[in-house]
Amino acid sequence: MAKAQSHAEFILRRLHTLAGVVPVGLFLIEHLLTNATATDGAAAFNQAVAAIQSIPLLHFVEFFFIFLPLTYHAIFGLYVAFVSGYNSGQYSWRRNLMFTLQRITGIITFVFIIYHLATTRFSGNAPTYNMVHQLVSNPAYFWFMIVGIVASTFHFANGLWSFCIHWGITVGQRAQRITAWVSMVVFVVLAGIGVDALIAFTHPA
Amino acid sequence: MSTATTTATRKVHLIVERQDGPNSSPYKEEFVVDYKPGMNVIACLMAIQRNPVNKSGKRVAPVTWEMNCLEEICGACMMVINGKPRQACTALVDTLEQPIRVSPARTFPVVRDLVVDRSRMFEALKKVKAWIPIDGTYDLGPGPRMPEVDRQWAYELSRCFTCGACVEACPNVNDRNSFIGPFAISQARLFNAHPTGAMHREERLEALMGEGGIQECGNAQNCVQVCPKGIPLTTSIAAMNRQVTYHAIGAWLHK
Repeated sequence: MAKAQSHAEFILRRLHTLAGVVPVGLFLIEHLLTNATATDGAAAFNQAVAAIQSIPLLHFVEFFFIFLPLTYHAIFGLYVAFVSGYNSGQYSWRRNLMFTLQRITGIITFVFIIYHLATTRFSGNAPTYNMVHQLVSNPAYFWFMIVGIVASTFHFANGLWSFCIHWGITVGQRAQRITAWVSMVVFVVLAGIGVDALIAFTHPA
Repeated sequence: MSTATTTATRKVHLIVERQDGPNSSPYKEEFVVDYKPGMNVIACLMAIQRNPVNKSGKRVAPVTWEMNCLEEICGACMMVINGKPRQACTALVDTLEQPIRVSPARTFPVVRDLVVDRSRMFEALKKVKAWIPIDGTYDLGPGPRMPEVDRQWAYELSRCFTCGACVEACPNVNDRNSFIGPFAISQARLFNAHPTGAMHREERLEALMGEGGIQECGNAQNCVQVCPKGIPLTTSIAAMNRQVTYHAIGAWLHK
């Protein structure tokens, strides 16, 4: 009588939230911290890049710990954004606005990352301070980067809040309220680090 | 005498979103009814029923709606009033901005005017086995007792009357998504907490991990804002997320 339930959707959704935090979120923090070395000058940044380049099996690590989970999170995220409804116009409570913003920033980040990768990682240029400096010297690219940093750090920080609920970590209302504040602090700090580094790159080496 | 005259001249202006049948297109119709002290939206609809004449003086079919208890314990009169899903019986005219805009909860199929078909909620409750099986071929004897500390919060969850306000407000209940809705998750928590209900705990968790299950919740948390009984729906969802997480990992490691 009882049909066997398919858990495929459940597993795909849980993998999506997990991928967003564990490989992708951690990589975001690592990436922002590497960029922050630019505030100490071109030499410090180039040295940080060299340290990353010295990681053994770098292409393997990059593919399995960044590219694969990022692609999954991005593609499945588009599906999530598509099957979500949007009613924050009718119900403008804070959490519902954040629900809408999470999906909007996700899509902005999706577009941002594709262009960002095309102009850096897959541009054929060596990842040096000078390469970044050349890019951000263009005001349009600079502001595009600002939007991308703010959107991606918001998406990550607010995603941490809902990750904690999806995995049953924060159950009570008080716990959820506190993590909501913590997530906004994480957003401001990470966005600050990112924007600060970006401004540093505008100075010639 | 003078107060009687003023109340007699006061009017209530309503804009009702109507629909003649399940497949007809909706239209708005305006009504003006006499104000009575302490009246609710149901009283306005009853006044329209007694004298079904719209604002422009045309005689029309009376507006249909569902109601039962008139004291916010049955859930039947849930409709969208001034943009928010709520019970029409506790929607007091004195507290509402006029004109009062009344429309059916369109997340459900509309039967006629303000009457909607909430069968999907019953289907969702069946899916998560929101009951305690006690029937058998012989007397099973008394069940285990429930600790008082659990009974207190479980009682809050038991106040759900399946009105559908949470389903109406949830952004993830839509035509692209098969989400069963917040109430069903909370009911699964209620029956999992009951010592006898807990004997079927795994079946409810399996159902919650199935199609349209708990994973479809996007934490917009509108449900907890609109619930007329103040049920901590978001806490229930998070608590069931925890049960499901343990169950999923545990089940996988046991195989």
